[in-house]
Amino acid sequence: MAEIKNYTMNFGPQHPSAHGVLRLVLELDGEVIERADPHIGLLHRGTEKLAEHKTYLQSLPYMDRLDYVSMMCNEHAYVMAVEKLLALEVPVRAQYIRVMFDEITRIMNHLLWLGAHALDIGAMTVFLYAFREREDLMDVYEAVSGARLHAAYYRPGGVYRDLPDSMPMYQASKIHNATAIKKMNENREGSLLDFMEDFTNRFPTCVDEYETLLTDNRIWKQRTVGIGVVTPERALALGFSGAMLRGSGIAWDLRKKQPYEVYNRLDFDIPVGVEGDCYDRYLVRVEEMRQSNRILKQCISWLRQNPGPVIVNNFKVAPPKRESMKQNMEELIHHFKLFTEGMHVPSGEAYAAVEHPKGEFGIYIISDGANKPYRLKIRAPGFAHIAALDEMARGHMIADVVAIIGTQDIVFGEVDR
Amino acid sequence: MAANLTLLTTNLTTIFANQIVSLENMLDELTLVVNDIDVLEVLTRLRDDPDLRFEQLIDLCGVDYCTYGSDICEGGAYLKSDIAPDTYPSRFAAVYHLLSLTHNIRLRVRVFAKDDDLPILSSVVNIWPCANWYEREAFDLYGIVFTDHPDLRRLLTDYGFVGNPFRKDFPLSGHVEMRYDPEQQRVVYQPVSIEPRELVPRIIREEHYGGLK
Repeated sequence: MAEIKNYTMNFGPQHPSAHGVLRLVLELDGEVIERADPHIGLLHRGTEKLAEHKTYLQSLPYMDRLDYVSMMCNEHAYVMAVEKLLALEVPVRAQYIRVMFDEITRIMNHLLWLGAHALDIGAMTVFLYAFREREDLMDVYEAVSGARLHAAYYRPGGVYRDLPDSMPMYQASKIHNATAIKKMNENREGSLLDFMEDFTNRFPTCVDEYETLLTDNRIWKQRTVGIGVVTPERALALGFSGAMLRGSGIAWDLRKKQPYEVYNRLDFDIPVGVEGDCYDRYLVRVEEMRQSNRILKQCISWLRQNPGPVIVNNFKVAPPKRESMKQNMEELIHHFKLFTEGMHVPSGEAYAAVEHPKGEFGIYIISDGANKPYRLKIRAPGFAHIAALDEMARGHMIADVVAIIGTQDIVFGEVDR
Repeated sequence: MAANLTLLTTNLTTIFANQIVSLENMLDELTLVVNDIDVLEVLTRLRDDPDLRFEQLIDLCGVDYCTYGSDICEGGAYLKSDIAPDTYPSRFAAVYHLLSLTHNIRLRVRVFAKDDDLPILSSVVNIWPCANWYEREAFDLYGIVFTDHPDLRRLLTDYGFVGNPFRKDFPLSGHVEMRYDPEQQRVVYQPVSIEPRELVPRIIREEHYGGLK
C-alpha cells in the first residue's frame, strides 16, 4: 500500500473567499482538514495604540475603519464608553437616530454578508440582489454624514446633526435619460425619513427574494446544513456572541438583555437557531434583517413626531452652533478649546458594549483624566470567532472552510484592529 | 441592574473573603482585583459557582500602567508619574471581562504581574478556551508571559517582529521601517527615518475643570 502523507497548504493571504487578508495554514489529510492555523494581523494598524495618542474626538473616525461594513455600530460602542465616563445624558431624539442607524447598519452588514457568503459557495445572483438594496442604505449614510462608508456621524453626547430634509438625487447622464431619472428619483423627493419609509415598505419583499434564491435551494442546503456545527456549550466557552451564539440556540441579545439607548421601548423578536450549523446561522441573520426592518419602522414614526435636540448642550463635549461660534467670544473659545485640546474625560474605566451585527462589540477605556485615553481596548466579536476556526473546520473538507469563514462573518478590520 | 450588583458584591465578598485585594463599584461596573497566585482558583470558582456562573470570558487585555496619570513629556516619552506607585502596585496587568448569561451581569477582574521586567501570569485557557488568542495578543503586544499556555506565539505583529509595541516606552512610529530595495531586489528593514511628533499634547487638568462633572 502506498504511503499516505499529510501535507500543509496555504490558504490566502490573498484569496477571494478569505474575506480580506487571512493567511490560513491548513494541515490536510487528503482533502480533509486536520488542523487549521489562522495567521492574522496582516491588517493590524495599531488602532488602540493610535487612540492613546489622539484626543477622544480624533479617535472616533478610526472606529469606522475597524469593522468597515458596519461602521456606525463601532462608533456607537465608542461614544457609549466615553459617555459613560463623562456621565452624559444623551437626548432621546439622538438615541432614536442612533438606534435607527444601528439597524440600517445591521441590514447593510447582513446584506454584504449574505451576498459574499452566497458568492463564496457558488450563488452569484444573491450578491447582485443584496447590493441593490445596500446601495440605497449607503445613500442614507451619505445624506446624513456626507460619506457612504466612514460616516463619523455619532459623537459623544449625541449625533453630529439632525436628519436632513432632502435626499441626494440622480442626475441625467449618458446612460439614463430624463424619464428614467425621474422614475429613479421618485422616492427621493421627500426627506430622509420618507425615503427610509419607502425602503422599509419594500425591503420585506426583497428579503423574500433572497430567500427564494437560497432557503430551499438544494445546493445551498448541501453546502451549509450540518457544516460547522457548534454546540451551545462550546459556543459559550469559545466566547461566541451575536448570530454565532444565537445560531447555536442561545437566546442572548444585548438589545434585549442589557438594553441600551431606546431598545427597551421598541418591539422586536430575537431569532434563535436549533442545530448550530451554517444553515441555522443563515436563517437567524435573514430573520434579523426582517426584525431590523420592524425596528426601523418604529423609529421612523417616532422621529417624525418628535423633533428636538440631537446633541447635548454642553460645550465641553459638543461644539457650539456654527452661527453662534462666529458671533460670540465665549462660543469661539469653547470651539477652539474643544478642537485643539479636546475634551477631558474623568479618570476611571468603563466598558460599553453594543449588539453589533457580528456579535458583542465592546470598547474598554481606561482614562487618567487626560484629553486622550490612557488605554483603549476594542473587543471585536470576529476575533473570538476566527480563533475558533480551527475547532469548527476540523474534519471538514477544504471547500467547507470557505463556508465556515463565510458563516462567521469575518471582517479583518476588526479582527486585526 | 443595581440590585444585581449589590447581590454580586455580597456573594463575591463571602466567597473570596481572603483572596480579594480590592472590590470596587464604579459607574455600575464591578472591578475585582486579585493576586496573581490566586487567579486560577478565583477564576475557576467564578465560572463554576452557581451564584456566580460567569460562563463567558468576553475580553482579556494587557495594560501597561507605567505612565498612568502623567502628562510630563521629555524627549517624546512620558515620564513615570509619581501618583502611580500607590494605586498601581506594578507595571503590567491583565484585565479580564467576564459575562454571566445566567445572572445577566458583568464583572471585571484585574491581576497585576509582580515582576516588571518579566511579567508572568497564569494562563486561563483551561477555564475558558477563548483565552487562547487573547493571551497570545497580550503576549505579543505587552510581553506578558502566560504560563501553561499551549501555543504562546505572536499573533498580530509581523513575522520576526522585535519588541512589544503597546508598551508605553515603545514609540508610536516604531523602531524599524520596511521598504523594497531595488539593488538587493528584496524587502529590507532599516531604522525609522521619521521624527516622532505629537500634534496635541497630553494634558491632565484638575478635577471638575471648566465645570465638568
